[in-house]
Amino acid sequence: MSEMMQEKYAPGTHPDWEPPATEVGVIGWMRENLFSNWRNSALTLLGVYLVYLIFVPLIDWAIVNADWAGDTRDACTSGGACWVFVKVRFNQFMYGFYPAEEYWRVNATAVLFALMILWLTVPRIPLKRVAGVLTLFVFPIAAYFLLGGGVFGLSEVETTRWGGLTLTLILAVVGIVAAFPLGIILALGRRSEMPIVRALSVAYIELWRGVPLITVLFMSSVMLPLFLPEGVNFDKLLRALIGIILFQASYIAEVVRGGLQAIPKGQYEAADALGLSYGKKMVLIILPQALKLVIPGIVNTFNELFKDTTLVLIIGLLDLLAIIKAALEDSNWLGYSIEGYVFAGAVFWIFCFGMSRYSRALERKLHTGHKR
Amino acid sequence: MTDHTDEQAPAAASFWRDPRKRAIVFQVIVLAIVLGLGAYIFHNTLHNLEKRGISTGFAFLHNEAGFGILFSLIPYDETYTFGRTFLVGLLNTLLVSAIGIVLATILGFIVGVARLSHNWIISRLANLYIEIFRNVPLLLQILFWYFAMLPLLPHPRQSLAFEGGIFLNRRGLYLPAPVAEPGFGWVLVTLGLVIAAVVVLRRWAHRRQEATWQIFPVFWTSLALLIGLPLLSYGLLGAPLDWDYPALKGFNFQGGMTVIPELVALAIALAIYTAAYIAEIVRSGIQSVSHGQTEAAYALGLKRGTTLRLVIIPQAMRVIIPQLTSQYLNLTKNSSLAPAIGYPDLVAVFAGTTLNQTGQAVEIIAMTMGVYLTLSLTISAFMNWYNKRMALVER
Amino acid sequence: MMRKIFAAGTLLAVSAMPAAHAGATLDAVKAKGFVQCGVSTGLPGFSAANDKGQWAGLDVDVCRAVAAAVFGDASKVKFTPLTAKERFTALQSGEIDMLSRNTTWTLTRDTNLGLNFAGVNYYDGQGFMVHKSLGVKSAKELDGAAICIQAGTTTELNLADYFRSNGMKYQAITYDTSDESVKGFEAGRCDVLTSDQSQLYALRIKLKNPGSAVVLPEVISKEPLGPVVRNGDEDWLKVVRWSLFAMINAEEMGVTSKNVDEMRKTTKDPGKQRLLGLSGIKGQGLKLSDDWSYNIIKQVGNYSEAFEHNVGMGSPLKIARGLNALWSKGGIQYAPPIR
Repeated sequence: MSEMMQEKYAPGTHPDWEPPATEVGVIGWMRENLFSNWRNSALTLLGVYLVYLIFVPLIDWAIVNADWAGDTRDACTSGGACWVFVKVRFNQFMYGFYPAEEYWRVNATAVLFALMILWLTVPRIPLKRVAGVLTLFVFPIAAYFLLGGGVFGLSEVETTRWGGLTLTLILAVVGIVAAFPLGIILALGRRSEMPIVRALSVAYIELWRGVPLITVLFMSSVMLPLFLPEGVNFDKLLRALIGIILFQASYIAEVVRGGLQAIPKGQYEAADALGLSYGKKMVLIILPQALKLVIPGIVNTFNELFKDTTLVLIIGLLDLLAIIKAALEDSNWLGYSIEGYVFAGAVFWIFCFGMSRYSRALERKLHTGHKR
Repeated sequence: MTDHTDEQAPAAASFWRDPRKRAIVFQVIVLAIVLGLGAYIFHNTLHNLEKRGISTGFAFLHNEAGFGILFSLIPYDETYTFGRTFLVGLLNTLLVSAIGIVLATILGFIVGVARLSHNWIISRLANLYIEIFRNVPLLLQILFWYFAMLPLLPHPRQSLAFEGGIFLNRRGLYLPAPVAEPGFGWVLVTLGLVIAAVVVLRRWAHRRQEATWQIFPVFWTSLALLIGLPLLSYGLLGAPLDWDYPALKGFNFQGGMTVIPELVALAIALAIYTAAYIAEIVRSGIQSVSHGQTEAAYALGLKRGTTLRLVIIPQAMRVIIPQLTSQYLNLTKNSSLAPAIGYPDLVAVFAGTTLNQTGQAVEIIAMTMGVYLTLSLTISAFMNWYNKRMALVER
Repeated sequence: MMRKIFAAGTLLAVSAMPAAHAGATLDAVKAKGFVQCGVSTGLPGFSAANDKGQWAGLDVDVCRAVAAAVFGDASKVKFTPLTAKERFTALQSGEIDMLSRNTTWTLTRDTNLGLNFAGVNYYDGQGFMVHKSLGVKSAKELDGAAICIQAGTTTELNLADYFRSNGMKYQAITYDTSDESVKGFEAGRCDVLTSDQSQLYALRIKLKNPGSAVVLPEVISKEPLGPVVRNGDEDWLKVVRWSLFAMINAEEMGVTSKNVDEMRKTTKDPGKQRLLGLSGIKGQGLKLSDDWSYNIIKQVGNYSEAFEHNVGMGSPLKIARGLNALWSKGGIQYAPPIR
């Protein structure tokens, strides 16, 4: 039999047997992954049922039966989601009570920020250090004057009018950027050989990590004014920011400490052997390597902070969630809270999911260098 | 190395070139700055409080509170003191955290294992769960579960009634409350004895297995003992437990036990959110155990379940537990979002209403932060202890 | 780190005010060119921002009156929305110059918190709102009810007192904001919503079906609401106090924003002349310009106008004057004379 087969084909032209249909293609894949045994099959059926149970009504509500057109609640007749509500209030959700004719300033700041981030994250663009310094020091000042106004002929916009997604981003970005230097100092302090410095750093870090952000915000809103000399006071947004920065610095410190610990001891010893001072050793040798390692961790911290900014609604700042809640109180639009919450959830989800994906990709990329 | 430099440096080397002395000077300066800042803040605060005529001190804890609290684990009404409100809030915080932790752990392990399932649909669903709930702010989730789910329940007068005097409506879940009668103590005593017996049994079975290789079905025996004997004693003593049934009186159900919807919504939201993190921890923990371990166990002839129980999980737990503890801590801290939906936790009752009635912000915020700090330090102390213990086991 | 915060501080810090000697606030306000006024985060009729972020309401009008008195321009006022928790700290710390946020005047607040109440712009009292379907006619029938309430107010204490003194039980569901309490009420979490009566009317229009709820007749507390300033600055206290009194006096004399210009030219009535700064002490005692009261009436209106426009018949709230009618018309609104 086998001899006969061999005779039929010239060497090298023997066709491979087709694998059985049950092992390849869609069917094979399904057998392998969905129906390999009775338990697996039961689970698959359960999964399919769950998908049916959750997604069919969801899609029905959110897309098939939803209302998109129109500008009043009368347009919402189909019984599905009323996205008209979100559409009508969209500008407010994005910009808060920022004057409409000045929206371009918020947009310009956002574009500027996006450009800085692109510069920092796209590997092909050179001069990363310049970008880092610009982002950390120049951009915040520029953004402050652009948003706040009062100079260069820009009309002044008080911080009480800042709100919506703009405010959420401001809180998160300023919170992380300003906390960064403090976090590095604390991380270095915690690994310092000087006992008092170490003890102070540990105390600071543990203190702030041990309390919930909401009590920190309470503190900054009701206690901070008491700490300052009489007559000096900050505006509400700045107070919240101070609380967030002090809080966030302790989390960054722990992330950075992880990076410092991951640097092989040889690097420290080599730097010492070259006779570098502590400052030079850190700035030139250790920190550049450590900070590269901790970028994914920082992105994760930022992600957490971004979600946590929603707590400012408890102290009366109008971030994205707070402004949506405020809009839900409009008597013309009562009863659309699910739409509002789903919209807020979707916006937060897009940002957070994007960032967590980015941090994971980065982690994979960076890991190669230090694996031995 | 620094010692080395010291030896070489001539005795007359300038003060600033000696790293050790420099370190001391530096530390003194840092300490002085920190203490100075602290003193400055303290001074300002005292001055401000005095200037504005705000009373200070903890005397207010003995004043009558004068407001009602929705839900309390200990006796409380308006005539109790502010000190009592602190306690009520603290216990409510601990209660919702404990429930949340149990639920989050169960859900997290299920999702984490499902994430590793060979079944494509199941692992995708688990992944979807993780990605959705981890990336949406917790506060939003709490509001959603509370305000979106509440209207789905019936009004008190159209309550869902279940067997055995259980009712469900928008005001909560009403359950019969057990009232112990004389003799019930003996049931508890039996239960205690059975627990002790089970512990002894386990030890004995373990020793016998090591000596004779015979396996004793410990789990089923213990289960039978734990359920059977207390029930038996309960029956023999003539069911010495009475039930206080809830009944509709006026507006609401009175009597029995009530599980308020705020507690349920908060615990569910906390559990769902934290479970997404726990699932990831469980997944990475299980994946951290090298595949060789599984293969070696199979080669020794261990069964799948036994492998998981005796080989994989103990090793995975070493990775999982420290991270799990920090998630528990996060959950406890996150329970401070309770005021958003009116659950009377520490922040709502004490840092909220009490703060407002007394105006003593400094004392109250400090006490509130102190509570969370203590919880957190206790848990991290436990974690350090655990890590050390685990490190010793490692060979 | 210090440098960063310091830099941020110098960038954003609003103002460093001189120590609070008498007259300091007025000087500081004049120097910076606007009044910083603390209002609620949103209470229809009293202080609420519309979708463009402009503030309106009875409490807001008090702020605007003060701005009109000081600057001759009612628009020179900036609003800081405050939660119930923050309001006193914000005032004490100097973040705001005055607080006009439906705040009840009580002994504790007047003495223990370093505050001064400048007057009463709305006499309120705590009441109850119930679902009509319950068929409740009186608060005395509320034994065992679940009650939604807003945290951080005198309401919580009044409620406890009322039920205790009547030997009734209740269950208080305490929300952080009034919005949430009304949502809880609408969702059926509670049978009763309790708050100041004015707020009940304001909150009722937020219901999907306002007709489904009724406000019970009982008023269980006295809630005189008014503007508040810091202790220890008499001059500023007087400016705020008399800005409010000017509005009330104007109503009493029938001077409105519409007829004030004509009155000013033609009036022979000595009382009106004094009110409009044509004779008498004018603005001198308050260290203001002589037309301070004219500006208030012209730009903000008299008390009646502000009331009707914001909470009265000219508004969706449709609250009757009741206690807030002038003393001469059966109410208790009464202002010392301007002379």
